[in-house]
Amino acid sequence: MGKTLLQKVWDLHKVRTLPTGPTQLFIGLHLIHEVTTPQAFDALRQRGWKVARPDRTFATVDHIVPTRQRQRPFLDVMAEDMIASLERNCRDFGIPLYDIGDDRQGIVHVIGPELGLTQPGLTIACGDSHTSTHGAFGAVAFGIGTSQVRDVLASQCIAIEPLKMRRIRVTGQLPRGVYAKDVILTIIQRLGVGGGNGYAYEYAGDTIERMAMDARMTICNMSIEGGARVGYVNPDETTFTYLEGRPFVPQGEAFERAKAWWRSMASDRDAVYDDEVEIRAAELTPVVTWGTNPGQSIGITSKVPAPVGGDRQSIADSLTFMGLTAGQPIAGMKIDVAFIGSCTNGRLSDLREAARIVRGHHVAKGVKALVVPGSVSVQRAAEREGLDATFREAGFEWRDAGCSMCLGMNPDKLEGNQVCAASSNRNFKGRQGSPTGRTLLMSPAMVAAAAITGVVTDVREMVEEVPAGVR
Amino acid sequence: MDAEKIQIIEGRALPMRGEDIDTDRIMPARFLKSITFEGLEQHVFEDDRLEATRSEHLHPFDDPKYQGASILIANRNFGSGSSREHAPQGLRRWGIRAIVGESFAEIFFGNSLMMGLACVTASASDIEALMSLVERDPQARLKVDLKAGTCAAPGLTVPVSIPEHVRDTLMTGAWDTTGLLLDHYEQVNAVSARLPYLSGFSSSPR
Repeated sequence: MGKTLLQKVWDLHKVRTLPTGPTQLFIGLHLIHEVTTPQAFDALRQRGWKVARPDRTFATVDHIVPTRQRQRPFLDVMAEDMIASLERNCRDFGIPLYDIGDDRQGIVHVIGPELGLTQPGLTIACGDSHTSTHGAFGAVAFGIGTSQVRDVLASQCIAIEPLKMRRIRVTGQLPRGVYAKDVILTIIQRLGVGGGNGYAYEYAGDTIERMAMDARMTICNMSIEGGARVGYVNPDETTFTYLEGRPFVPQGEAFERAKAWWRSMASDRDAVYDDEVEIRAAELTPVVTWGTNPGQSIGITSKVPAPVGGDRQSIADSLTFMGLTAGQPIAGMKIDVAFIGSCTNGRLSDLREAARIVRGHHVAKGVKALVVPGSVSVQRAAEREGLDATFREAGFEWRDAGCSMCLGMNPDKLEGNQVCAASSNRNFKGRQGSPTGRTLLMSPAMVAAAAITGVVTDVREMVEEVPAGVR
Repeated sequence: MDAEKIQIIEGRALPMRGEDIDTDRIMPARFLKSITFEGLEQHVFEDDRLEATRSEHLHPFDDPKYQGASILIANRNFGSGSSREHAPQGLRRWGIRAIVGESFAEIFFGNSLMMGLACVTASASDIEALMSLVERDPQARLKVDLKAGTCAAPGLTVPVSIPEHVRDTLMTGAWDTTGLLLDHYEQVNAVSARLPYLSGFSSSPR
């Protein structure tokens, strides 16, 4: 009987079964940032522990960094405190830090792949639930809490329960104007926001196989929104081509050996899964969330649901919060803010696709629109292509790299009950920094379309070609 | 760090109705902007509480009759979303020692265990019965017994589930994992020695 990638990676990294039951798993790469680590470093100091593998630990700043006026000290005293704390911790414990001003700074899940730190066959941990993003490379990547960050810092291991496997096969050609974001939002809508609890998701099928790495990252990124802590795509030539030549990727003969090993880690053809789900790409449409969790979404041509069935209370609550009426079409809903960015959709191909929609148009009157590249590297690459000019000419603000308005921990926040068309990952109440702010999740192209028209808009009316990111 | 042995959690309860309550709601992100967990108890469900106040409702966490509760009763997929440990930290510091829910999000469940906050599950109908009982009689004392696998209230005892190893971990006080992970470190070194990516793929492939 064959093995899945998860089983192979698990077996290889398993240290032992702990006397308390869970598996002790070695972590091949630990990524850290300013928000979920200070208390973990404090615990190390209190107990007199060292960082076990500073050579396998990498830090950057993303969650609270301003996206303009980045001179130090930051205007926000608490943000300055957190950055200073991370700087001190990295210095004291010998951890490389890609700080403000470094060309390698960016959202932790964007820079890991860019630098080639993220590779197939690794176990990866980070104190952030979107760590599942790295699964796009065939890594097994876990979002962890601060106590587990302490565990990894001190021991380079975590204690974890084995996961069940669900394979989600996406097959067929995606229609024009339909993107990876629409695929994952559809998956979450069908399986539920808690449907993946206890599972790792393997995304497979020819649609996924044809996707570029950026699109695969979008899919894996939102695994956690479906309750699955881990999501991955088997590594293939697309993965290897992306990795070749990146700073932390071996070169020459070592790269050939790496490729052979990476290939061997992919799931076997006769691997067995606990559950299988099939999604037909041709049936998909652009998706928009209408509610207050990422599972509450509909196709762009659909109407907002009525509060019926077992979920009637949560549907009713969400409708009230969003100011929507059952039966109302989602298309045409007025927006106040358009946000393009985040670890879900803040990479170069996302910005290219949004720019393609924006070119020759202008942001609608009364709409605040901003583009926040996922990393300095994405920002520079976009600027080399002139995308910044395209966005600026259209009335968008062009910002510096960070998490920004995905979670509103920096000055980029919604105000009052503004409605935001967002390319990010969570539409939870209060998520974008205003307790009454309202978030509509959609693809970057859909955000661009909404920014131009001022209302939720079917991007298929604005694109003629098959999207570049998924071709 | 204290490694308290936890078997029985007893006290008054607080019903927190709603499916898929996410950690952004339990602890809004602006309260993560601190280098300690201190004071988080003041901000549990802060935005929900403000919203309730504005609409002249009383949020359970503001309701005088639930003050001092140590057992939270929750519905499906409690603690979904962000991995922020600040959410269970806030609840724990507020005084919650156990959560009885229909189900929990995985990261939240694990984070809670790491601080000795017991999360146990019960059926939807039993959760509804417990919530109704506590809403009728907020002074009712509940008793979650991990060993017996029960949650007992006056006139109502329901079965609760917890994975066996999680139960043992709590009952033996072994929920502080770092020490365990550092034991037998030669085994960790043996694993790292067999990982080709840690030697730069310098030898032939495995």
